[in-house]
Amino acid sequence: MALPKRIIKETERLIADPAPGISAVPHEDNLRYFDVKIDGPSGSPFEGGQFSLELFLPEEYPMSPPKVRFLTKIYHPNIDKLGRICLDILKDKWSPALQIRTVLLSIQALLSAPNPDDPLATDVAKHYKQDERDAQRVSKEWTEKYAK
Amino acid sequence: MSDSYDDDEYMEEEEEDLFEDEVMSDDDAAMDNEEGDYPVIPDKDKPKSYDVESKSLSVDDVQKDMRSQVEYVVSVFGLEPDTARMLLRDYGWNRERMTEQYMEDPSKVLIKAGIEPDATSPRSPIRSTSSQPPKESSFSFRRSTRKNPVPDPVTESKFMCPICCDDEPPSTLALACNHRFCSDCWSQYLEGKVRDEGECVVRCMKDGCSLLVPDSFIKEHSSAKTYDRFEELVLRHYVSHIAHLKFCPAPGCTDTVSCTAAATKSALDTVVPSVSCAHGHKFCFGCSIDADHRPVLCKVAKLWVKKCQDDSETANWIKTNTKECSKCQSTIEKNGGCNHMTCKKCKHEFCWVCMGPWSDHGTQWYSCNRYDDKAAIEARDAQSKSRISLERYLHYYNRWANHEQSAKLSAELYVKTEKKMEEMQLTTDLTWIEVQFAKKAVEEVLRCRATLKWTYAMAYYLDKSNEKELFEDNQRDLEKAVEDLSELLESPIEAETIPELRANMTNKTVYVQKRNEIMLEDTAQGFREGRWTWNVDLP
Repeated sequence: MALPKRIIKETERLIADPAPGISAVPHEDNLRYFDVKIDGPSGSPFEGGQFSLELFLPEEYPMSPPKVRFLTKIYHPNIDKLGRICLDILKDKWSPALQIRTVLLSIQALLSAPNPDDPLATDVAKHYKQDERDAQRVSKEWTEKYAK
Repeated sequence: MSDSYDDDEYMEEEEEDLFEDEVMSDDDAAMDNEEGDYPVIPDKDKPKSYDVESKSLSVDDVQKDMRSQVEYVVSVFGLEPDTARMLLRDYGWNRERMTEQYMEDPSKVLIKAGIEPDATSPRSPIRSTSSQPPKESSFSFRRSTRKNPVPDPVTESKFMCPICCDDEPPSTLALACNHRFCSDCWSQYLEGKVRDEGECVVRCMKDGCSLLVPDSFIKEHSSAKTYDRFEELVLRHYVSHIAHLKFCPAPGCTDTVSCTAAATKSALDTVVPSVSCAHGHKFCFGCSIDADHRPVLCKVAKLWVKKCQDDSETANWIKTNTKECSKCQSTIEKNGGCNHMTCKKCKHEFCWVCMGPWSDHGTQWYSCNRYDDKAAIEARDAQSKSRISLERYLHYYNRWANHEQSAKLSAELYVKTEKKMEEMQLTTDLTWIEVQFAKKAVEEVLRCRATLKWTYAMAYYLDKSNEKELFEDNQRDLEKAVEDLSELLESPIEAETIPELRANMTNKTVYVQKRNEIMLEDTAQGFREGRWTWNVDLP
């Protein structure tokens, strides 16, 4: 099936003009499947790490949101141990006007600002709420261990 | 309900319409009076004081109802019907709250709901088929602060739809916010939202824009099928937000039941709202535990069902497989070995057979002939005390479950009775109408078993009092009457005793019916008077 114009345009732009700290490269044999790398934002416990993600554009895209998942282990209250991400724009707040680029920027922003009040990984969220500094220490440790 | 009974017949039985009821009972009376000798089974479908008042509404009725709400708002504020409907939806159809807040600050209310304040004047949303770049809107409540990654149409000489990237779309559309997209993307978006996601609140496609897509826009730019679905969703939204309305839960039924008597949570403390729709589907307006759990209140029924789910099997198992240590009352399962037991917890040694202390058994190892020994009797007494609450629960549970089981076998009973009715027609000169007494008896038995079933849940939670004793007297009378009638239904048919059987069964049916009424009437009255006291805290 021919790739929709929208996906072609987005891919072109992602490669020609990538957002800082983010790269997304489609697979040669499946242009709807992207290998994504996000740099840990500076000032966050994820700083210095590089996180791999996979991103898939379903048939209905852009009417349905892309499917995104972390492949690198990460200690974050909104990302569970399978790498699934709790982010409103990936679910009910999705708008077809959003793009791969905006989604990845939002994920990067989520790394800077964890939201333990809307947790996916409940144990991590509890840790973040009870002792943020200690939780951040663990996040840093995991970044050192898995994201380098 | 049994499958072997056809729905129409059942519907007639459940008919709520007073007028038709009168006609039916007149007919019945006329037929029975011809016989003279037999008592008339009174029409049981006349509203009783323990029945709640309810009305079945068709889809059209509900639509009319909803429209009148919209029209009210239209007439008071001079709004467009579309706008009024969208506003009411935003307020969960709470018309009073909506009108009050609208009077205070109309534009605030409109913006909160996602409606362009200007759109309230009779004017359709901006629509254009030109591919000229639109002017950026001044729409004040755009919350999008994200960097716009799509080339802004303003800066480009040619328009490109930001969704599909088509730079020569045949036509484009924008709402009052002026976020322009191609018509194909719009209709795809609307289909997806309405048909796949089942949403009746659809906002502009632009991320962060909270402008509501007006109903008229949906009608104009989606398929007829999608718009029908949309209207259905709006209706659902309406019914789910109006406390005195509920959809009939029967599969495929489109009726809605209106029941003002059970519209508030506190009303459910005094009434048991068993209702039925125009198609004769019975259901409880207050809960989904059972179609008719009279006489017991929704919350008591819920408590009971939960207890049964949690406890009944465990309790049964404990009762059959364990005994308690006669000293520390720990529950012990004996899974092998001799009768000389040593409690793991308190090290008490006792005999499994007589429950008495093992030391009394002396040299008579591994056999017990001391069953009547005083110490053994005392030990068993202590044990039995610890089992009282378990036994008490099982007493009520088993009776409840027994009636439930009977209800499950109702289809069989119907078939069996139908065969008997045919047999009677063959062996005697009774007509089809004349053998209906058997069917009526079956119906009555089933109805009363349903009542009885729930009386056991009620009795379990009733505090010990004179009131409870009276309740249990009524229960006993009903139970006895039902069992008598049941037995009669099971008895074999002999040609020569049929007239006697018929008189007997008809009499008993009338009696059972009366007992059932007394039971329901008395409990319902008790709720109204606050006469019942409970041995648990009701939520």
